[in-house]
Amino acid sequence: MFVVATAGILVAMALALVRALLGPTVYDRVLAVNTFGTKTVLLIASVGFLTGRPEFLDLALVYALMNFIGTIAVLKFFEFGDLGLTRHVAREVE
Amino acid sequence: MMAAVLDVMAWASIVAGLFFMLVGTIGVLRMPDVYTRLHAAGMTDTMGAGLLLFGMALHTITGMMNGQGHWWTVLVRLAFIYGFLLFTSPIATHALARAGLAGGVEPWSNEKGDQP
Repeated sequence: MFVVATAGILVAMALALVRALLGPTVYDRVLAVNTFGTKTVLLIASVGFLTGRPEFLDLALVYALMNFIGTIAVLKFFEFGDLGLTRHVAREVE
Repeated sequence: MMAAVLDVMAWASIVAGLFFMLVGTIGVLRMPDVYTRLHAAGMTDTMGAGLLLFGMALHTITGMMNGQGHWWTVLVRLAFIYGFLLFTSPIATHALARAGLAGGVEPWSNEKGDQP
Protein backbone atom coordinates (compact mmCIF):
# COMPACT_ATOMS: atom_id res chain seq x y z
CA MET A 1 0.00 0.00 0.00
CA PHE A 2 2.63 2.53 1.02
CA VAL A 3 4.89 1.63 -1.91
CA VAL A 4 2.16 3.00 -4.19
CA ALA A 5 1.69 6.07 -1.99
CA THR A 6 5.43 6.81 -1.90
CA ALA A 7 5.77 6.41 -5.67
CA GLY A 8 2.79 8.68 -6.35
CA ILE A 9 4.05 11.37 -3.97
CA LEU A 10 7.48 11.24 -5.64
CA VAL A 11 5.89 11.75 -9.07
CA ALA A 12 3.93 14.74 -7.74
CA MET A 13 7.12 16.17 -6.21
CA ALA A 14 8.88 15.88 -9.57
CA LEU A 15 6.03 17.79 -11.26
CA ALA A 16 6.20 20.51 -8.58
CA LEU A 17 9.95 20.80 -9.17
CA VAL A 18 9.31 21.35 -12.90
CA ARG A 19 7.08 24.32 -12.01
CA ALA A 20 9.75 25.64 -9.62
CA LEU A 21 12.31 25.54 -12.43
CA LEU A 22 10.01 26.98 -15.13
CA GLY A 23 7.93 29.44 -13.10
CA PRO A 24 8.12 32.85 -14.78
CA THR A 25 7.73 34.98 -11.62
CA VAL A 26 9.35 34.47 -8.25
CA TYR A 27 5.89 33.84 -6.72
CA ASP A 28 5.44 30.79 -8.94
CA ARG A 29 8.68 29.43 -7.58
CA VAL A 30 7.68 30.11 -3.95
CA LEU A 31 4.32 28.41 -4.59
CA ALA A 32 6.05 25.38 -6.10
CA VAL A 33 8.48 25.15 -3.18
CA ASN A 34 5.59 25.42 -0.72
CA THR A 35 3.66 22.55 -2.35
CA PHE A 36 6.94 20.62 -2.55
CA GLY A 37 7.31 21.04 1.21
CA THR A 38 3.76 19.80 1.87
CA LYS A 39 4.47 16.75 -0.27
CA THR A 40 7.71 16.19 1.63
CA VAL A 41 5.72 15.99 4.88
CA LEU A 42 3.48 13.32 3.35
CA LEU A 43 6.49 11.52 1.88
CA ILE A 44 8.19 11.31 5.29
CA ALA A 45 4.98 9.95 6.86
CA SER A 46 4.51 7.45 4.04
CA VAL A 47 8.11 6.21 4.20
CA GLY A 48 7.70 5.86 7.97
CA PHE A 49 4.75 3.51 7.49
CA LEU A 50 6.54 1.75 4.62
CA THR A 51 9.50 0.83 6.81
CA GLY A 52 7.27 0.03 9.79
CA ARG A 53 8.54 2.91 11.88
CA PRO A 54 5.68 5.38 12.46
CA GLU A 55 8.02 7.39 14.70
CA PHE A 56 8.94 9.19 11.47
CA LEU A 57 5.70 11.14 11.96
CA ASP A 58 7.56 13.33 14.49
CA LEU A 59 9.94 14.40 11.72
CA ALA A 60 6.97 15.09 9.45
CA LEU A 61 5.41 17.27 12.16
CA VAL A 62 8.56 19.34 12.55
CA TYR A 63 8.97 19.64 8.78
CA ALA A 64 5.40 20.92 8.37
CA LEU A 65 6.08 23.78 10.80
CA MET A 66 9.49 24.63 9.32
CA ASN A 67 8.07 24.68 5.80
CA PHE A 68 5.34 27.12 6.84
CA ILE A 69 7.73 29.46 8.63
CA GLY A 70 10.15 29.41 5.69
CA THR A 71 7.43 30.25 3.18
CA ILE A 72 6.08 33.13 5.27
CA ALA A 73 9.59 34.54 5.82
CA VAL A 74 10.46 34.42 2.11
CA LEU A 75 7.14 36.00 1.14
CA LYS A 76 7.52 38.76 3.71
CA PHE A 77 10.95 39.48 2.34
CA PHE A 78 9.62 39.72 -1.22
CA GLU A 79 6.64 41.85 -0.22
CA PHE A 80 8.42 44.39 1.97
CA GLY A 81 12.08 43.94 1.09
CA ASP A 82 12.69 43.53 4.82
CA LEU A 83 11.90 40.91 7.43
CA GLY A 84 11.07 43.34 10.25
CA LEU A 85 8.91 46.02 8.64
CA THR A 86 5.14 45.87 8.20
CA ARG A 87 3.39 47.80 5.42
CA HIS A 88 2.26 50.49 7.87
CA VAL A 89 5.79 51.12 9.14
CA ALA A 90 7.16 50.98 5.60
CA ARG A 91 4.80 53.81 4.54
CA GLU A 92 5.86 55.94 7.50
CA VAL A 93 9.52 55.41 6.66
CA GLU A 94 8.86 56.60 3.11
CA MET B 1 -13.79 -9.29 8.71
CA MET B 2 -13.78 -5.82 10.24
CA ALA B 3 -10.06 -5.50 9.66
CA ALA B 4 -10.47 -6.46 5.99
CA VAL B 5 -13.13 -3.78 5.47
CA LEU B 6 -10.90 -1.20 7.15
CA ASP B 7 -7.98 -2.27 4.95
CA VAL B 8 -10.03 -1.78 1.79
CA MET B 9 -11.14 1.64 3.05
CA ALA B 10 -7.51 2.58 3.76
CA TRP B 11 -6.53 1.54 0.21
CA ALA B 12 -9.40 3.50 -1.32
CA SER B 13 -8.65 6.65 0.64
CA ILE B 14 -4.92 6.53 -0.13
CA VAL B 15 -5.57 6.03 -3.86
CA ALA B 16 -8.10 8.88 -3.83
CA GLY B 17 -5.61 11.11 -2.02
CA LEU B 18 -2.93 10.31 -4.60
CA PHE B 19 -5.41 11.12 -7.38
CA PHE B 20 -6.19 14.55 -5.89
CA MET B 21 -2.51 15.22 -5.28
CA LEU B 22 -1.50 14.39 -8.85
CA VAL B 23 -4.41 16.38 -10.33
CA GLY B 24 -3.54 19.39 -8.17
CA THR B 25 0.13 19.24 -9.15
CA ILE B 26 -0.74 18.95 -12.85
CA GLY B 27 -2.94 21.99 -12.29
CA VAL B 28 0.04 23.86 -10.78
CA LEU B 29 1.96 22.98 -13.95
CA ARG B 30 -0.72 23.91 -16.49
CA MET B 31 -2.63 26.89 -15.04
CA PRO B 32 -1.88 30.25 -16.64
CA ASP B 33 -0.79 32.51 -13.73
CA VAL B 34 0.08 32.57 -10.01
CA TYR B 35 -3.46 33.10 -8.69
CA THR B 36 -4.99 30.23 -10.65
CA ARG B 37 -2.07 28.01 -9.67
CA LEU B 38 -2.75 28.83 -6.01
CA HIS B 39 -6.23 27.38 -6.47
CA ALA B 40 -4.85 24.07 -7.72
CA ALA B 41 -2.20 23.94 -4.99
CA GLY B 42 -4.84 24.57 -2.30
CA MET B 43 -6.76 21.49 -3.46
CA THR B 44 -3.61 19.41 -3.05
CA ASP B 45 -3.21 20.57 0.55
CA THR B 46 -6.79 19.90 1.68
CA MET B 47 -8.09 16.88 -0.21
CA GLY B 48 -4.81 15.18 -1.17
CA ALA B 49 -3.06 15.44 2.18
CA GLY B 50 -6.30 14.91 4.12
CA LEU B 51 -7.24 11.68 2.36
CA LEU B 52 -3.66 10.34 2.52
CA LEU B 53 -3.44 11.00 6.27
CA PHE B 54 -6.92 9.50 6.74
CA GLY B 55 -5.76 6.36 4.93
CA MET B 56 -2.70 6.17 7.18
CA ALA B 57 -4.98 6.50 10.24
CA LEU B 58 -7.19 3.67 8.98
CA HIS B 59 -4.09 1.56 8.41
CA THR B 60 -3.02 2.25 12.00
CA ILE B 61 -6.44 1.20 13.31
CA THR B 62 -6.16 -2.02 11.29
CA GLY B 63 -2.79 -2.63 12.96
CA MET B 64 -4.42 -2.05 16.36
CA MET B 65 -6.98 -4.78 15.62
CA ASN B 66 -4.10 -7.12 14.76
CA GLY B 67 -2.64 -6.43 18.18
CA GLN B 68 0.02 -3.78 17.63
CA GLY B 69 0.83 -1.56 20.59
CA HIS B 70 1.13 2.27 20.94
CA TRP B 71 -1.29 2.84 18.08
CA TRP B 72 -2.96 5.86 19.66
CA THR B 73 0.23 7.97 19.71
CA VAL B 74 0.45 7.43 15.94
CA LEU B 75 -3.16 8.56 15.56
CA VAL B 76 -2.48 11.66 17.66
CA ARG B 77 0.54 12.54 15.51
CA LEU B 78 -1.46 12.12 12.31
CA ALA B 79 -4.18 14.37 13.72
CA PHE B 80 -1.57 16.98 14.67
CA ILE B 81 -0.03 16.95 11.17
CA TYR B 82 -3.46 17.38 9.59
CA GLY B 83 -4.32 20.16 12.05
CA PHE B 84 -1.12 22.07 11.24
CA LEU B 85 -1.70 21.67 7.49
CA LEU B 86 -5.28 22.86 7.99
CA PHE B 87 -4.02 26.09 9.60
CA THR B 88 -0.82 26.76 7.64
CA SER B 89 -2.01 26.03 4.10
CA PRO B 90 -4.65 28.80 3.84
CA ILE B 91 -2.33 31.29 5.57
CA ALA B 92 0.48 30.54 3.12
CA THR B 93 -1.92 30.78 0.16
CA HIS B 94 -3.27 34.11 1.38
CA ALA B 95 0.23 35.51 1.98
CA LEU B 96 1.33 34.36 -1.47
CA ALA B 97 -1.63 36.03 -3.23
CA ARG B 98 -1.08 39.24 -1.24
CA ALA B 99 2.64 39.29 -2.00
CA GLY B 100 1.89 38.66 -5.67
CA LEU B 101 -0.52 41.60 -5.82
CA ALA B 102 1.90 43.85 -3.93
CA GLY B 103 4.66 42.72 -6.26
CA GLY B 104 2.64 43.85 -9.28
CA VAL B 105 1.63 40.54 -10.87
CA GLU B 106 -1.45 41.17 -13.01
CA PRO B 107 -4.20 38.54 -12.65
CA TRP B 108 -4.72 36.55 -15.83
CA SER B 109 -7.93 37.36 -17.67
CA ASN B 110 -9.60 35.92 -20.73
CA GLU B 111 -10.92 39.33 -21.82
CA LYS B 112 -7.46 40.74 -22.33
CA GLY B 113 -6.83 37.98 -24.84
CA ASP B 114 -4.07 36.37 -22.76
CA GLN B 115 -3.09 32.92 -23.88
CA PRO B 116 -3.02 30.26 -21.12
